[in-house]
Amino acid sequence: MSKMESENIYYEGRIKVPYKWYVGETGSRFFIALRDKKEIWGIRCPRCRKVYVPPVKNCWECFIPTKEWVRLKDTGTLESFTVVHYPNEVIPKKPPVVYGLIKIDGADGSLLHFVGDIDISELKTGMRVRAVFADERAGNILDIKHFAPIP
Amino acid sequence: MGKRTAIVGFGQTYQRSSRKDVNGVELINEAVIAALADAELTIKDIDAVVIGNMDHFEGINYVDMWSVEGSGGVMKPIMKVTTGGTTGTTVAMCAYYHVASGMFDKVLAIGWEKNSESDTTGAIITAFDPIWERPNIGGAIAGLAVEASKYMDNYGITERDGARVAVRERLHALNNPYAHLHQEWMKGMEADKIVDLLVTSEQNQMLAYPLRMSDMCPRTDGAAAVIFASEDIAEKIAPIPAWVISTANRHNYVYLGDINWDANDTLEAASRKVFEKAGVKEPLKEIDICEIYLPYSYAGLKWMESIGFCGPGQGPRLVWDGVTDMDGELPVNPSGGVMSSNPIGATALLRVGEAAWQIMGKAGPRQVKKDVNLALATGFGGCNWADVMLLGKKRPS
Ligand SMILES: [Zn+2]
Repeated sequence: MSKMESENIYYEGRIKVPYKWYVGETGSRFFIALRDKKEIWGIRCPRCRKVYVPPVKNCWECFIPTKEWVRLKDTGTLESFTVVHYPNEVIPKKPPVVYGLIKIDGADGSLLHFVGDIDISELKTGMRVRAVFADERAGNILDIKHFAPIP
Repeated sequence: MGKRTAIVGFGQTYQRSSRKDVNGVELINEAVIAALADAELTIKDIDAVVIGNMDHFEGINYVDMWSVEGSGGVMKPIMKVTTGGTTGTTVAMCAYYHVASGMFDKVLAIGWEKNSESDTTGAIITAFDPIWERPNIGGAIAGLAVEASKYMDNYGITERDGARVAVRERLHALNNPYAHLHQEWMKGMEADKIVDLLVTSEQNQMLAYPLRMSDMCPRTDGAAAVIFASEDIAEKIAPIPAWVISTANRHNYVYLGDINWDANDTLEAASRKVFEKAGVKEPLKEIDICEIYLPYSYAGLKWMESIGFCGPGQGPRLVWDGVTDMDGELPVNPSGGVMSSNPIGATALLRVGEAAWQIMGKAGPRQVKKDVNLALATGFGGCNWADVMLLGKKRPS
């Protein structure tokens, strides 16, 4: 076969589509408190009493609206973690990056977020952490910069 | 209620890192032709098509229409189903429902992916909530690493335990000419020697603690096709059809942090349902082989517990004792599994097709050396959802 016949042609493309995702009133209230007051709020299901962070408009177990807002502390427990050693465009930080599941005190589920200000060798499941807020806050989940160990 | 339904044909492409010689439609066609040949049917015999993949991997959102030239679906009823990692098992379930309903006799299920054509992490991230999770998530590997790390902490599991699963999958893949990863250097070596190498080698890069390169599935280009037929004709098409005994799926997900990471709740619930419908009381004793969707090594420990093959924390014991090896009591993934080939939209359908072939006695060099009466196939999707399908040699009563 000649070189021309064996060449595999490809067509290069890139799809870049802008989106505007509305958070909804429930989530907006969470982000406003985070942005303006550096406060973390959860929402409680009236039936099973579970406190959700991030807040949900409906309890997905009971399938009824959640209503009661609960002010939570900015402290919690590291339920699990990983250290990412590879760079990727979707990760807004340089490796190594620590991800943790943080169970905020008073909440029932965990929040997936970054763990920072930490020596990687000191990471331990069950360790106590505190939210570190971003200096410039825009009303999104990165208004919490990361969670740092409580000395 | 409805028609008993069986698998009568299975076909797949060779699973490879990049198929530069074909486009997606042509890749799909290779699997369809292979499945038709396996069942000794022609495309004229097919009454309906169910097809799926993950839209964002190729940037094609209308695969049902786009692929007709390859799928053979011209002027036939086609349904597109896409559920992330479970897509393959979901197209199988959907094809089964088509036949079981009595409305179609022979239905072709197709799963495919050309992972090489895009950025896997960039595409997978679209499966997570754009507001609450995408800004602070590290893609599929990091999510699984968090699960693994929790499981290790709960039961004192070691990196060697995880590596033992990886070794099994790669050794099995050496028997499967269709598998993507053929790690010939492992051939003939003792499993624990390979484990030692994997956990100490600097070349075996740590991606996200505790997951190294060897703990993960590859990115694969490939397609699979499975033909389902009704009780009226299944035995005429295939000498030994693989009957669908029962199937179930479960979804349970709002945000990652709300999932119970101590177990795999969806896989557990779907498995329980399947066993309950089939009357299976002791899965380890009653099931002959498994094709389980294990995207990474530690899943081969923890998820065995969730399915009910052993108790909590006992997964490593099962694997180290050789129970899940080719000559064990319950061979798991004779094909080499997801960790050896992962064409995402086809991955879970490969589990179904491979399980069916074990029953039909067609698995060639990877055929287990015992009578296969019950074979289990599972699918795993992005944020812990599960499909489970149990196949059997005996026509259901
Ligand atoms: Zn509730």
